[in-house]
Amino acid sequence: MAAPLTLLLLVAVTLRAALFRAGLTDLISGRVEVVSPLTAWKRVVEGLALLDLGVSPYSGDVFHETPLIIYLFHFLVDYAEITFILADVITAVALYLAVKDYNKQVFRKQRYALEADRYPLDCLEIIRSPKEMYYIPLKVAMFYLLNPFTILSCVAMSTCGLNNAVIALFILSTIKGNVLLSAIFLSLATYQSIYPLTLCAPALLYLMQRQYIPVNFRRAGFWWFIAQYAFMYLGSLFVIVGLSFFLLGSWDYLPSVYGFILSVPDLTPNIGLFWYFFAEMFEHFRLFFLCVFQINIFFYTIPLSIKLKEHPVFLIFMQLAVISIFKSYPTVGDIALYMAFLPVWSHLHRFLRNIFLVSCVLLACSALFPVLWHLWIYAGSANSNFYYAITLLFNVAQILLISDYFYAFLRREHHLTYGLYLKRKDGSEATLVLK
Amino acid sequence: MAAHRCVSSALLVFLCVLSVFTVARSQETTPPGGHGAPATDGPQTVTETTGQTAGQPAAEERRWEATEVKEATPDESAAEEQEAPAADTAAPSAGPRPKDDFQEELVIRPLHSGDIYASFQFRTLWETDFTRENKVSHYRLFPKSLGQVISKFSVRELHISFTQGYWRTMQWGQPYQPSPPGAELWVWFQDSVTDVDGTWKELTNVLSGIFCASLNFIDSTNTVQPSASFKPLGIVNEVTDHRFLRYATLPREIVCTENLTPWKKLLPCGSKAGLAVLMKSEKLFHSSFHSQAVHIRPVSPTSWELRQTLNVVFDLHTSGQGKREWSLFKMFSRTLTEACPLASSSKIYVDVTDNPQGEQFELSPATPLLSQEVVLGDRRTFSVYDLTQQITFGTVRSLNLLIRWKSSEGDMLRPLLHGERYVAGYGLQTGEIHTLMYNYHPYRSFPVLLLDSVPWYLRLYIHTLTVTSKGKDNKPSYIHYQPSKDRLRPHLLEMLVQLPPNSVTEVTVQFERALLKWTEYTPDPNHGFYVGSSVISSLVPSIVAMDTNITQERPLFSSFFPCKEESSYFVRVYTEPLLVNLPTPDFSMPYNVICLTCTVVAVGYGSLYNLLTRSFQIEEPSPGLAKRLANIIRRMRGVPPL
Repeated sequence: MAAPLTLLLLVAVTLRAALFRAGLTDLISGRVEVVSPLTAWKRVVEGLALLDLGVSPYSGDVFHETPLIIYLFHFLVDYAEITFILADVITAVALYLAVKDYNKQVFRKQRYALEADRYPLDCLEIIRSPKEMYYIPLKVAMFYLLNPFTILSCVAMSTCGLNNAVIALFILSTIKGNVLLSAIFLSLATYQSIYPLTLCAPALLYLMQRQYIPVNFRRAGFWWFIAQYAFMYLGSLFVIVGLSFFLLGSWDYLPSVYGFILSVPDLTPNIGLFWYFFAEMFEHFRLFFLCVFQINIFFYTIPLSIKLKEHPVFLIFMQLAVISIFKSYPTVGDIALYMAFLPVWSHLHRFLRNIFLVSCVLLACSALFPVLWHLWIYAGSANSNFYYAITLLFNVAQILLISDYFYAFLRREHHLTYGLYLKRKDGSEATLVLK
Repeated sequence: MAAHRCVSSALLVFLCVLSVFTVARSQETTPPGGHGAPATDGPQTVTETTGQTAGQPAAEERRWEATEVKEATPDESAAEEQEAPAADTAAPSAGPRPKDDFQEELVIRPLHSGDIYASFQFRTLWETDFTRENKVSHYRLFPKSLGQVISKFSVRELHISFTQGYWRTMQWGQPYQPSPPGAELWVWFQDSVTDVDGTWKELTNVLSGIFCASLNFIDSTNTVQPSASFKPLGIVNEVTDHRFLRYATLPREIVCTENLTPWKKLLPCGSKAGLAVLMKSEKLFHSSFHSQAVHIRPVSPTSWELRQTLNVVFDLHTSGQGKREWSLFKMFSRTLTEACPLASSSKIYVDVTDNPQGEQFELSPATPLLSQEVVLGDRRTFSVYDLTQQITFGTVRSLNLLIRWKSSEGDMLRPLLHGERYVAGYGLQTGEIHTLMYNYHPYRSFPVLLLDSVPWYLRLYIHTLTVTSKGKDNKPSYIHYQPSKDRLRPHLLEMLVQLPPNSVTEVTVQFERALLKWTEYTPDPNHGFYVGSSVISSLVPSIVAMDTNITQERPLFSSFFPCKEESSYFVRVYTEPLLVNLPTPDFSMPYNVICLTCTVVAVGYGSLYNLLTRSFQIEEPSPGLAKRLANIIRRMRGVPPL
């Protein structure tokens, strides 16, 4: 397995290097789909220039990266391209290792269940075989590295690639069962952009499952574990935030980074739902809708963790998807991260209802984004509504995609309990409905 | 040393005034001949009168000295970094002068393009202390409304200008008082002011009322604190910390009659008498350029100067029916009959430098008085009409100055410093601001201060800033950059650039256009958004110092080093304001957008809610419609259902 992975990495790195050499960076880094005000490389360079001028980068409203990023690139600015390629490679390898480990556990669990005769007899055809699971980790790495979204994001040097790397390392350390590293990477991811905070629920569930701690509110062990994790998480967050303070000597970055993410003052068009909504919002409703939209992202954590408490990795996937759809400044790099997980759920394909339609819509929208952008901004023959319509459609397609996967996942679980070919009372073939 | 010089100069000015008067009286009987005063005559001939070449050596000598004082005045002020005033500012400082004093003057400069530049100046001096505890209550010449503003808001200096049109430096040369298109306001506060921003806000609102202008649109998003470009112009400069300075421009402001009327009311004579009778708004605003300004500054610890200026450029070709002829009546539809009775001096200057032998144009009535001043680094000759003298009005009791052009050719000396600005790029996403600064000096390089205040919705990227002259990178020696805050404050970029001789220096910086909230757009969003002029301030090497002929007239021992006072002069050049288009949302559909976006969020929420709360169940076939109807009927009949 190492040889195909090496080959894949070589191909991916060569492809990126070739695109960098072709001078496409300037072209792509201007695309609003690929970079957001939070992640644009141009703004990182601006922050560095402001530092050189002796002006705090957070005194203006152009730079919104965290202090660690600016100090990272303070040293690495000449090797920025290599850094971004490396970040993608790290993400892919981390996901590869994580999925490999996860598949092992899935298979082990399945074997125990089979040995205990827990599955109905007619479910054998939805039982997963080692043969089909063998290439899944490689496919995950391939889905991440060769996804055009990731490539664009990398060539535009969007710092989204770095966030993805941190999240991938968090997933890897969680799946490997390393509590401390998991907490540290989670705090790093939270520090970079608040939203990964919701990933703490699946991480806790997974780690407890691994350590055979029952999820029971009355048990002291449960609370003790949560306290441990919270302590590690908050401790490392405290260290990172303190470090940022000492690097910069002021707390200016807090409103400039987190206030910027939460209050959405920059309405530059992107592929998300926020920009046009808040550009057209009535002033006295702005705060209300801002709260609603931001709570919306965090809110799904609770019901999803209750429903999926046995399947934390699927919960991670769902959370990543929800974040990338509903976050305030989404880019295609965020989508690429959760799309990398799709091969992990390849066994759900027989239960997907509208995957063909959704993939067609996603492809069409991806092609229409630059077209309608050109018509609006350059040609002047379209207006903002055209671009807005495409973002709406793109988001509907994403929502349908993840709800379809969610549906398929729940349905497979149902079949694993009740049998694949269900019969009605009168013996005829039954159809499953949600009630 | 300076004080000593000041006293002596004051004395000299007094003598000068006296001598001018005596000479003028002695001229009453002498018929005016050719009024040619050679332009290159040196500083000696200031008040040279026709027909009197060497008659009275003593008087000649006195006049001679007086001119030096007159020249020294603008230089002193140039040292304070101010526009060189055209007039004899130090005149009323001698003797037991009254507590307040009013002067008026009009400078007329025929421009090479065939246009006429008329510059009015009204100056009120008042010995009082507005900062005193007990308020000043008795006002004579000084307008009460402005005096109250000064004492209430603890203003140290106030400069406000309203301009319609753009001053074409390359066609018209340098103006006496430069001003950017639209409204400009800059104020130095006393260092006793604690809440400068609050005071500034109140002050702009009050001024908005006084001048009937939209100055209330000045808020934190268009106010900056320049660190170097705007120094106090007052003689007493106690406050130099730029925390007490506020500068704002409103490039969109349209100046019209409603701004002129309150401005005229500030004059002691209103528009009833004196030069102000010429200010008929229907004529003043039918011009290529119109600029009115009010400058208040302290000129000594206890005296304040109010200077009201009005500059206007008339386009002859639009109104002259092809005839190149100009007169006061034609331009202002009025003639002058008297000076303002309250004025201690009331004069009209006509720039005749380019017309020494009368070959360019003919000026009538001819005046015996000539004056020579160093204005904007150039030695100019003016014909002077003193309105306080009855002889000026002649037998018809009215003065109608007439200039009749004889030839249209003429070569203007190019201004040494010139600025231009434009936006490059296409599309509504990004763009690039290009500022061009021209140094036309043949062999001297000089530093300029460039100030740019760009609104926040054009997000400047300072790392893209390039300064190039003659194809080479020209690194600014000083950069002061304050990045913008969204909806709070604009970008401020100030830099000190050395302009090489005879070169163009190009400053470029890229920006990104922001999408605003729909309520933040102006009512005509597709017209574009204005960006105020760049301000280029510089000490420019003077043309007089450039002139090597001058040494021929002087003793050799005095002219080895260029004379310091004349070597450079202060110039402020404003570039064009920019008009930039921003991407706009569709203003007609806020409801639709709110509904549609909420629908998408609801689709997400709904589909997840569905999957989270419901469970899979086997679908039991529901009975058909006919069967259900039959069952209802059967139940009514009391029969068991099917």
